[in-house]
Amino acid sequence: MADATKLSIDQLKETAKAIRRLIIKITTEAGSGHPTSSLSAVEVVTALYFGGFLRHHKDNPRDPKRDRFILSKGHAVPVLYSALCQAGYYTLEQIMTLRKLGSPFEGHPNMKRLNTMEASTGSLGQGLSLGIGHALACRLDGLDAHTFVMMGDGEMGEGQIWEAASAAEKYRLSNLTAIVDQNGYQQTGATKDVLDMKPFAAKFEAFGWHTQVIDGNSMGSVVEALTKVKTIQDRPTAIISQTKKGFGILPILEMAGDLNYHGKPLSKELAEKALALLS
Amino acid sequence: MTIGEAAGLKLGKATRDAFGAALKELGREFPNLVTVDGDVGNSTRTEVFAKAFPDRAFNVGIAESNMVGIAGGLAAAGKIPVVSSFAAFLLCNAFDQIRMSIAYPGMNVKLVGTHAGISIGEDGASQMGIEDIALACSLPGVAVVVPADAISAKKATRAMVEHVGPVYLRCGRIEVPEIYNADSPFVIGKANTLKDGNDVTIIANGLMVGIALDAAAMLEKTGVQARVIDMHTVKPLDQDAIVKAATETGRIVVTEEHLMSGGLGSAIATVVARTRPVPMEFVNVGDCYAESGDPDGLLRKFGLTAEAIIAAVTKVRSR
Repeated sequence: MADATKLSIDQLKETAKAIRRLIIKITTEAGSGHPTSSLSAVEVVTALYFGGFLRHHKDNPRDPKRDRFILSKGHAVPVLYSALCQAGYYTLEQIMTLRKLGSPFEGHPNMKRLNTMEASTGSLGQGLSLGIGHALACRLDGLDAHTFVMMGDGEMGEGQIWEAASAAEKYRLSNLTAIVDQNGYQQTGATKDVLDMKPFAAKFEAFGWHTQVIDGNSMGSVVEALTKVKTIQDRPTAIISQTKKGFGILPILEMAGDLNYHGKPLSKELAEKALALLS
Repeated sequence: MTIGEAAGLKLGKATRDAFGAALKELGREFPNLVTVDGDVGNSTRTEVFAKAFPDRAFNVGIAESNMVGIAGGLAAAGKIPVVSSFAAFLLCNAFDQIRMSIAYPGMNVKLVGTHAGISIGEDGASQMGIEDIALACSLPGVAVVVPADAISAKKATRAMVEHVGPVYLRCGRIEVPEIYNADSPFVIGKANTLKDGNDVTIIANGLMVGIALDAAAMLEKTGVQARVIDMHTVKPLDQDAIVKAATETGRIVVTEEHLMSGGLGSAIATVVARTRPVPMEFVNVGDCYAESGDPDGLLRKFGLTAEAIIAAVTKVRSR
């Protein structure tokens, strides 16, 4: 298995920008989807796939020795399709079929139709449990594969996640990392107003996890945090990745008068402005 | 009268006991077999496997949703997880997880619900899985298997592990009569005709098979020849056996230890209505929750008896 691509911080930043452009293009083309939920997560996903933290192989996506990335916040799947396109798994033409009838690039990840998806998600709260399953199986098989699970901060209201937090600690799963993409918003408003679950780090710590709180839209901070994960030997790690929903196109969202902009694609006109901003 | 007495059957083990013992045997043969439990392994009998293969048995506590999700991840990584709890808690508590993490991606996970039906007894209605078949059958791609006795439960456990894809296996708490012998066939999706007859067909599964055989033995004394079919697989249904029964006997009674809605009766009625419409009657728990009590008393009170089947046969023959 080839090692993961390992770009420099500057190259990662450029890659993140390219991924953002793809997210805008495909969601606007689809006429639906969750661009802002995808944009907040770009630095983490970029660092994983291009920063040497996730062993993956284009020619054999289901290699048992691969590392895993499970997108529990499945509605943000444009970030994953875009990253995989950037990595050469798919062409732009392919991912431009996002959400269209017959396309395997569905509105939420479907592992049955795409062998690059590690889970079928879209009912929130289930990804961390699936990640535990992967981590336990890899340990049983003597593989050093690592499993990363990304969740949203709104999603943390699901009780199953805290069931999983307990179980991961019980099994001392140092090969499992939870990443909370804390972008501050969920469907109907600010997460602190809908259901204030903070502080996440203290909660995970109380469950026995190693925790890190980072600026998740700073590539340097993300790379530093992911580097540290590999040094934790005895327990799972939770990275609280504090981000901004729609990061990269915030002036456009301000112009549109909605910083949440949940579940809406940019109009063609706004998309053009966004792409110019990201050029 | 005890179950199977009129039919001359002797009492055997509970289907959950056979499941646990079979799982331990299969553990040697299938190195990828693992169990995931929600702290009732001593009741579901996966404890037998866990003691033999402690590294491959995960008790994740009282957290059914997480339990099912972990099984989905283990399957995605190539394991054959057997995830079990009481039928009521597995299907009802973790239904969304079964849907999203198992059925939708078609994961090779074996779901085993024990303590199904009202015959669990004294613990009462909260513990009785009586809507589990309806829930399991509603999920695309999930095979649903309800063995009638310990011998077929053992074979069903092997068939379930050998089957590629999600399976729901339903087991009961109490000891049930021995219906099969070691040579009897057990194929998922293929019903077993236990008694021939051309006046009426009684289709049953699980605990109700023994009671159906009692009813058939009692009917025989009155000159009525009832065919008895063990429809141990609710999904995929053995359509041929149903059409044949409808054609040859003209009347069908379906009995099951489940609610009226969405169980074996509903599944068979759909096939009958589409292929060979004939009068049908149903003997089941109806549309109510049961209560605490001894299993025999509960079966009588909620109408799951040979007498109730005979009354349904009389009714269906008068139509």
